[in-house]
Amino acid sequence: MAEASPWTPDQPIIEITDIHKSFGHVEVLRGISLKVRKGEVICIIGPSGSGKSTLIRCINALTPFDRGSVRVMGIEVGAPHLDKLALRRRVGMVFQQYNLFPHRTALQNVMMAPIQVLHQPRREVEARAMALLKKVRLEGKEHSYPGQMSGGQQQRVAIARSLAMNPDIMLFDEVTAALDPETVKEVLVTIKQLADEGMTCILVTHEMGFAREVADHVYFTDRGVIVEDGPPAELFANPRDPRTQAFLSQVL
Amino acid sequence: MTARPMPATPFVLAPPRAGTPKLRLRLWHGAALAMLVLLSATLADAASTGPAARAGILVILLKWTPLLFRGFLFNILISVASMTIGTILGGALGITLISLLPPVRLAGSVTMQFFRNAPWLVLLFFAMFLLPFQLRIGPLVIPLPDWLKAVIGLSLPVMANVAEIMRGAVASIPSGQWEAAESLAFKRRQQVWSIIMPQCIKRMLPPWMNLYAILTMSTVLASIVGVNEVMTLAGQVSAAEGGRTDLLTPLYGYIMVWFFLYAYPIALLTTRLERRFAVKM
Repeated sequence: MAEASPWTPDQPIIEITDIHKSFGHVEVLRGISLKVRKGEVICIIGPSGSGKSTLIRCINALTPFDRGSVRVMGIEVGAPHLDKLALRRRVGMVFQQYNLFPHRTALQNVMMAPIQVLHQPRREVEARAMALLKKVRLEGKEHSYPGQMSGGQQQRVAIARSLAMNPDIMLFDEVTAALDPETVKEVLVTIKQLADEGMTCILVTHEMGFAREVADHVYFTDRGVIVEDGPPAELFANPRDPRTQAFLSQVL
Repeated sequence: MTARPMPATPFVLAPPRAGTPKLRLRLWHGAALAMLVLLSATLADAASTGPAARAGILVILLKWTPLLFRGFLFNILISVASMTIGTILGGALGITLISLLPPVRLAGSVTMQFFRNAPWLVLLFFAMFLLPFQLRIGPLVIPLPDWLKAVIGLSLPVMANVAEIMRGAVASIPSGQWEAAESLAFKRRQQVWSIIMPQCIKRMLPPWMNLYAILTMSTVLASIVGVNEVMTLAGQVSAAEGGRTDLLTPLYGYIMVWFFLYAYPIALLTTRLERRFAVKM
């Protein structure tokens, strides 16, 4: 078990230093460093294949990295005997494909991890799960199965499921990319609400308007490096790097 | 979730017309086969020389029916017992196939491939001659009659096939399910038992039932190693009737009808389950 050095809220909640990651001969991350402060909302944008998803998957140890260091609230993610439970109860993750458990109802999806992983009492977990589903505006859908819900509804259940672990950080990996345009908004509203409540959020997204609206800081990545970063107003209005300019002119 | 259609099996039949009761369809098919047997019996009857001297074939079949039927029940017993043992062993073997430890996975894989790629009859002989006629565990002596050896012999390929069905079902679960479970801090054991396996059961059921149908047909192999099942008894009946060649077609046709009546409903149910799960998953 990796000994977590004491972390205080004045330190970065996530500190990534020069990480590298290759899949075979393809180097996906080529020395990325960034710091996230508690309560910050970070958006990572960039062309597909630029390593955005890999980067945030390194934060909760879903993808092991080759070199560099990732520290989450004092936990060294690259440590050989990483306490995955300690890390993952602090870091929630929402996926592009929702990945709800299809054999469980919405409520059961939200309740499973706190009961089985954290061994919290069922009654307590159920009350919290109901409240979370209400928060993501899915009251009345508690007993629906994922297959009976729309993509937007499923994605909100997935958000509630992550929140049930009471994480300090939420990772969103292109969570609206698989949704119909009309349901994108309902998911974004939920994320905005979370951000407003002070949740530390890292989003990989193609929703530039949303990034501009909610992000405190935006990173533009291309081919495994951070090309440019800054507050959204600055980065979107006056991109300095030609690659950023080219990308933004295509998507905006 | 994206729906993944179940792979087609040899048992996929043309879908029954909407509103046709399943039972009627089944009986109709069985009746057609029974008619075929009767027809062959009558034809054989007419062709036989000396019509007065010999008893009618239908009478003979009817006379031996209780004995043959007991033999048939024995086939069913062998199939159920082999399936039970094979499924339990195959489940355990299947677990080794999804182990994260390479040596465990390798050992499981070698075992699975060995028994899956051997002819069932060879495995049956293997069990017959390898197993002793009794097992001595301390003061306890367990006799191992031939039929029990046959059960063990047939459960070996069942085990290997169940393991492979399980491996395939696990592999068919989208990787996102593992990742979601992983990111929620479920332990490997919990991921397998609470998240992956429950989804696999549905996918495994149709091929498992398919395997059972094939096993049921293969129980007649036990006649070759001397178990008193329906084929052995049919041979004895034929001998008792003086080895009449005109009796053989109706006799074996009669037995075919029984197997058909037993296996066809299973095939129908398999098809129905496949269709239902293909829509739901």
